[in-house]
Amino acid sequence: MSQDTIIKVAGLSKNFGGVKAVNGVSFELKRGEALGIIGPNGSGKSTMINLITGFVKPSSGKVFYNGRDITGLSPDKIVNLGIARSFQMAKPFYNMPVYKNLIIPLFSPRARKLAGGRHGDRDESAIHLLEEVGFERDSHIPYKPAGSLPHGYVKRLELARCLALEPDVIILDELFSGMSMSEVAGILPFLERLRDEGKTLIMVEHRLRELFRVVDKAICLNFGEKIAEGAPEEVVQNEEVKKSYLGSEVVSGA
Amino acid sequence: MRIQAGFRKERIDRGIKARTDDIFAIASCREILYLVGPRFLLIAALLIFPLLKSITGIYWQNVLMITATIALLALSWDLLHSVGLVSLGQALFFGAGAYATGYLNSKFGWSPVLAIPAATLLGALFSTALLYPVLRLRGIYFGLITFAVPMLLMRIIEATKILGGTEGISGLTPLPGITITLYIIIAVTLVCVYGYQRLFETDYGLVFKAIRDNDRSVIAAGFNIQLFKAQAVFLAALPATFAGAFLTHHYQFVGLPAFAMDYSVLPMASVIIGGPGSFIGAMLGAFIVVPLSEFLRTFGTLRIVIYSLVLLVFVVGLPQGLFHYLKRKYDQFERLVPIEEVEK
Amino acid sequence: MTSSVLIFGLVNSAILMLTALGFSLIFGLSGVANLAHGAIYLSSGYVAWIFLNSLGLPYFLAVPLTIVAAGLLGAAIYWLVIMRVRGLGLSEVIATFAVGVAILEFFRWMGFVTYEFNLPVLIKGSLDISGVSVDYQRLVIVGVGILMAALLWLFAHHTKIGLALRGMAQDEYTALSLGIDSDWAAALSMALGSAIAALAAVVTLPLGIISINLGYEVLIMALAVTVLGGLESITGLVVGALLLGFARTVTGTYFDPKWMEVVYLIALVLVLAVKPSGLFGKYKELEERV
Repeated sequence: MSQDTIIKVAGLSKNFGGVKAVNGVSFELKRGEALGIIGPNGSGKSTMINLITGFVKPSSGKVFYNGRDITGLSPDKIVNLGIARSFQMAKPFYNMPVYKNLIIPLFSPRARKLAGGRHGDRDESAIHLLEEVGFERDSHIPYKPAGSLPHGYVKRLELARCLALEPDVIILDELFSGMSMSEVAGILPFLERLRDEGKTLIMVEHRLRELFRVVDKAICLNFGEKIAEGAPEEVVQNEEVKKSYLGSEVVSGA
Repeated sequence: MRIQAGFRKERIDRGIKARTDDIFAIASCREILYLVGPRFLLIAALLIFPLLKSITGIYWQNVLMITATIALLALSWDLLHSVGLVSLGQALFFGAGAYATGYLNSKFGWSPVLAIPAATLLGALFSTALLYPVLRLRGIYFGLITFAVPMLLMRIIEATKILGGTEGISGLTPLPGITITLYIIIAVTLVCVYGYQRLFETDYGLVFKAIRDNDRSVIAAGFNIQLFKAQAVFLAALPATFAGAFLTHHYQFVGLPAFAMDYSVLPMASVIIGGPGSFIGAMLGAFIVVPLSEFLRTFGTLRIVIYSLVLLVFVVGLPQGLFHYLKRKYDQFERLVPIEEVEK
Repeated sequence: MTSSVLIFGLVNSAILMLTALGFSLIFGLSGVANLAHGAIYLSSGYVAWIFLNSLGLPYFLAVPLTIVAAGLLGAAIYWLVIMRVRGLGLSEVIATFAVGVAILEFFRWMGFVTYEFNLPVLIKGSLDISGVSVDYQRLVIVGVGILMAALLWLFAHHTKIGLALRGMAQDEYTALSLGIDSDWAAALSMALGSAIAALAAVVTLPLGIISINLGYEVLIMALAVTVLGGLESITGLVVGALLLGFARTVTGTYFDPKWMEVVYLIALVLVLAVKPSGLFGKYKELEERV
């Protein structure tokens, strides 16, 4: 394993009562790379993420982070090592104001160690983070109850929650789903900037055109198995990938 | 020239509250009074009542004692509820504190000054350790465990005859006179309300609330929620075990009734009636529930029926509880403001 | 000794299963944890007693009437109370618990507490099985238990209503979109569960006198069996009842009857702590409990 490999997945498998959700997937990711995971619905993309982040324990296989075996660690420990993730079904903390939603990750052991800060400072950092992901600073939106946010804002809040953890690796599970065209267009430059700043990104997406603006490498899963890996343009040209997406417009459009 | 053209109604809190609930802009003494008045009245009433022994009689002083006990248990219930844990067995905490002080006092002769704080801590540690393995359970399943555990402990004490068996332990050191006793427990209750409210204003307390809303996201923010829930249980156990230890010395006896269902049902009823989530509501609820059940004593066992029906009406008809209802009404108080018109 | 443990273990298991059946049915089909179960069970006993003794109805008329009355009571509880707090987990629990306590304590206040309150057995006399004397009523209980388990299995898997209710339990919204009325389905499951509780009361109560505290005990028994066996599977319920029934009997015979009650509670706590989905639970249930 070379020095700058940050994540290495080796032969990862997960069975759910006989169904092989993920089957012997391996890949490596260098520090600062951006990886896209694509594949049709039910191909094991979300399970893959749950396996890397410890939310689901693998049936077999290993996950290494900075050369360290993190397989089977509890999800909170993995987060504190620097791997943050978003959820596909993003749910805010409904009963809190939006900016208080970010206090939780800002208060996490990792964020406290890296950024320090006291009670009041965190409110300020929260507002600042919200502004970064596209909340209007001087509007009332950050102070509204999170339960009243429209879906696009919830997704951006989810992204802000990842960033608040000051992670080295950011894993985004279908961040764009449910966002409008203009919202995606608004968030793309920000993701590109994250990549250029040297964050390692893993993105699961269905919207390939937008995804490929950010990532410089892609893998495609189908029925839990890796069927292609390489530069994004190569992957979509792969015959097997085309076949797995048969009838879908996404690939031809990309 | 301005002339007065009549009056219009305006909410009193208009202009006081700015943007959020905790930023106030106060302009006059009247507004200060409007804000602190209710709190002040509540505390004053609590502090004066114990002095009125000659008017109220010892009976109602004792009722206040039990009310404060249930209020502490209700506060404890409310804290657990705020973390998303529903307890159907507050008697566990009460009994743990009661038996701990009983044992320390009778076996080692510790005076209440030492035994009660020690029992509060020991009882809370014991209950937390006991519930730790089941903290990952959600909703009603956690409730079922808490429902079963006090009964289980009761049966075990009965069967093994430890800690006095069915006889219990009697002859414990009494507390000093009723007035001082009352002041102590009222002070503890008020400190507890204030402490819990402050706790939930901190970032640490915010994590508790977040766990109730969406525990998965709290894990994804790097928190070990099992550990956090354990801390919540410990913090919630403290007032309840204290109540158990304190009442034990008041009665100078501890026995199986320490795990009785009353200590589980009454606090829950208090919070439901008073209104969960505010802690003040829990306390207010206790001050309605316990005296009410005393008034209903003339009905014999029918009072439990009336009681359950009252609870039912609240659960179905006013699920947010009395406190939130009253607070809303108080916020809606209006005053008449003169309308001035400018004439040319 | 061994044969007596075997026989009475079986009888105890049948009692446990019968008492738990109604509760488990409601929980499995409509997701309502009906904490008024014990009260429905016990009030059925009193209603049967009133039919038999105060109104002087014959046994074979009084029993079906009791079962129908309990079914109506269950449906009424659903329409009047549970429907208004449906989906609010905590409120549901508290509301049904309050209904249960109100009913039970009402009977206590009415003075239904003395030894004269007992129900007649179906067949008098007893039978000698390998040196152990077993009265016929206990055999009736085992028979009714087996019959009910079989009938319910058939109902849930092979009738239209049963399948509709099970669909409801799995995914309420999908079932709604398929034209199944959720309130109607839940009220029906409440009625069915309560009717089964009444049947259980009529066959098991003749073994002793009817006492108010039994109402609370039955609730705990039902909870323990249901949690142990896992929801929605009748196999789980049967095995849960057998395990607890035999554990109880063995404890009572070889140790001390005092420990018999502790067995449930320990089983309940252990199962929830170690395997929250119950012994036969499925993956979906685990997600809901943990």
